[in-house]
Amino acid sequence: MKRIGLFVPCYIDDFYPEAALSTLEILEAHGFDVAYPENQSCCGQPLFNNGLPEDARLLAERFVKLFGAFDYVVAPSSSCIATVKYRYREVLPQKEAEALGKRVYELFEFLHDVVGVERLRLPHPFPHRVGLHQSCHGLRELGLGCPSETFVKGCGDKVRRVLEKVEGIDVVMPSRDECCGFGGTFSVQEHALSARMGRDRIADHTANGVEVITGVDMSCLMHMQGLAKRDGIPLRFVHAAQILAGRAE
Amino acid sequence: MACVDHAGNAAAFLKDKAQARWHDEALWYVRKKRDAAAASVPEWEELRRAAEAVKEHTLAHLGHYLTLFESQARANGIEVYWAENGQELNDIVAGLLREHGAKRVVKSKSMLTEECGLNAYLQQRGIEVTDTDLGERIVQLAGQHPSHIVLPAIHMRKREVAALFSEHLGTERDNDDPLYLTRAARAHLRQKFLEADAAITGVNFALAEEGGVVVCTNEGNADLGTALPGLHIACMGLEKVVPDARALGVLTRLLARSATGQAITTYTSHFLRPKPGGRLCVVIVDNGRSGLLQSGQKKVLTCIRCGACMNSCPVYRRSGGHSYETTVPGPIGSVLAAAKEPGRFASLPFACTLCASCDHVCPERIDLHDRLFAARRVAMESTCFGGKRRSLRLAAVLLRHPRLYRFVMAAARAVLPKLPRNWLYNRHNLWGLEREVPMPAKKPFRQMMRERKRG
Ligand code: SF4
Repeated sequence: MKRIGLFVPCYIDDFYPEAALSTLEILEAHGFDVAYPENQSCCGQPLFNNGLPEDARLLAERFVKLFGAFDYVVAPSSSCIATVKYRYREVLPQKEAEALGKRVYELFEFLHDVVGVERLRLPHPFPHRVGLHQSCHGLRELGLGCPSETFVKGCGDKVRRVLEKVEGIDVVMPSRDECCGFGGTFSVQEHALSARMGRDRIADHTANGVEVITGVDMSCLMHMQGLAKRDGIPLRFVHAAQILAGRAE
Repeated sequence: MACVDHAGNAAAFLKDKAQARWHDEALWYVRKKRDAAAASVPEWEELRRAAEAVKEHTLAHLGHYLTLFESQARANGIEVYWAENGQELNDIVAGLLREHGAKRVVKSKSMLTEECGLNAYLQQRGIEVTDTDLGERIVQLAGQHPSHIVLPAIHMRKREVAALFSEHLGTERDNDDPLYLTRAARAHLRQKFLEADAAITGVNFALAEEGGVVVCTNEGNADLGTALPGLHIACMGLEKVVPDARALGVLTRLLARSATGQAITTYTSHFLRPKPGGRLCVVIVDNGRSGLLQSGQKKVLTCIRCGACMNSCPVYRRSGGHSYETTVPGPIGSVLAAAKEPGRFASLPFACTLCASCDHVCPERIDLHDRLFAARRVAMESTCFGGKRRSLRLAAVLLRHPRLYRFVMAAARAVLPKLPRNWLYNRHNLWGLEREVPMPAKKPFRQMMRERKRG
């Protein structure tokens, strides 16, 4: 049996444990031996993205130590996985970073590429109209979707393909596949702009009459959720893993 | 050193909601036109690769191609001058105009002369400079700078233009019919073309093999401007040189499609030699470019200034070009500015969510979001970010010590939900100004795992 190291991004651990639990359950349901190394910490993304790679180095080294021996490392977050895949090169020996980069997966990428869409076992129906938010790192760094501005043949659309295997689900794409404006510390530093971008995304989805907005990055959803709540917009935000695991009702 | 406050500028721009929405939608419309134009070329991605190869090759042999261009141009009767920086460019141009006795100059759009502050320099010396690109003329009349490199007046709406024209060109105050305004501008500019003693243009491409320069305009204003006067001064950044007309073919196919969604720019004018009895002078400007060539940001020199990265950038579209306080705004402008003056422009690499949409539209395949990512390292050293740096370093310590981190989070879990609203929501909580703060879950995942293990 292949062994998977479950990586749970720091804020998911404390704020959205259901997303992590769902990830674990889905992986186990597909016959993997999943371990959760207790001593894990942040992947270092906030430090990398703010130009402090040296401060992120120790976190990258810890990541390798904890996850280096697994067949796969899976996390319910595309931006954290993109960080491990592309930013660790900056602070780790190249070989090590590359070897690790090949084994890390965002959950939907893993289900699509390793398990295979045909072999998915998703017994929980979700009869709702769902707006899919493609987070940028998933869309453009990991290729989990097909960005509207490119014309590369055979692009991903992985998240959607997996989600659409869920019985009863109606996945609706917004008219623009642009950034929601979260961007980590961007949401604080450029708070007015960030809020505007998020509100535009929400409006795009609500125009489609969706009840639920989902995605593979809880951070983007958290940002939009905060805006919707402030504006009194009755929308639910759930991590896509929760839909697969039947934990979204 | 004062730091550009991009966030504050963006917030100010967003205050006028209708205007901001219009700006966003107008540019998104251009992005979509670009998408359609790009999709109509089956070999689009190959074309981008070819363009990237052309410019990278040229940069790798820049000295060779510049000297080749110089000698071929001279052989064609073109005068070639070299300027180390903006000041030198301004001096050379002013000198040439003086020799020629020129008092009135018509100028076609050139971001390089914007960068070097040529207009102000000449005007101080009693020379009238008229920008002849319509958008550029509008911002010139308004006493502003372009807010976009292809659509200089995109931040202004037609009623503002109508007010401006009625003040300067005597049009009817409330008539904002675009056709009416365009006609008025045309009549006004025709007069300027007729009176001009000299013409200044930018350069989109310089052909080394052929020794000529190419200027692309949609309004034909470069041609109109250079038609009558005996002196034509073309100003180019040294990265504008390409090997030959063959290479040009690749780039012109990409330029207009990326910029506005047109198949080709309306006028692609080749200037290969001076007209009979006239002078054609080309000024080749460095102004920091050779420094870039030596730096990690070298790749940005392959930019052909199509503006696609701006149109695709969700930050640019919602904050307007002036929020960057640079000659070239948007993703490419932020990299350029931060490479030149990392202190003053420290906020610009952060005026970006790293969404990477710009990378994909860039005809030169510049990895803009990675360039911005890289620029953050230097920007973070700036004094403007002292506070941010300290808090992030503190966070780094916390993240490195999971036990300490968990202790802090446990405390937050206990305290946060009980805080009175005004303790949580005040001016110090920037996140909470427009958003609700998420609350920690009752049980973190690691605790769930422990309980699961115990059964
Ligand atoms: S960076 Fe690329 S997309 Fe942006 S203006 Fe330059 S060539 Fe165009």
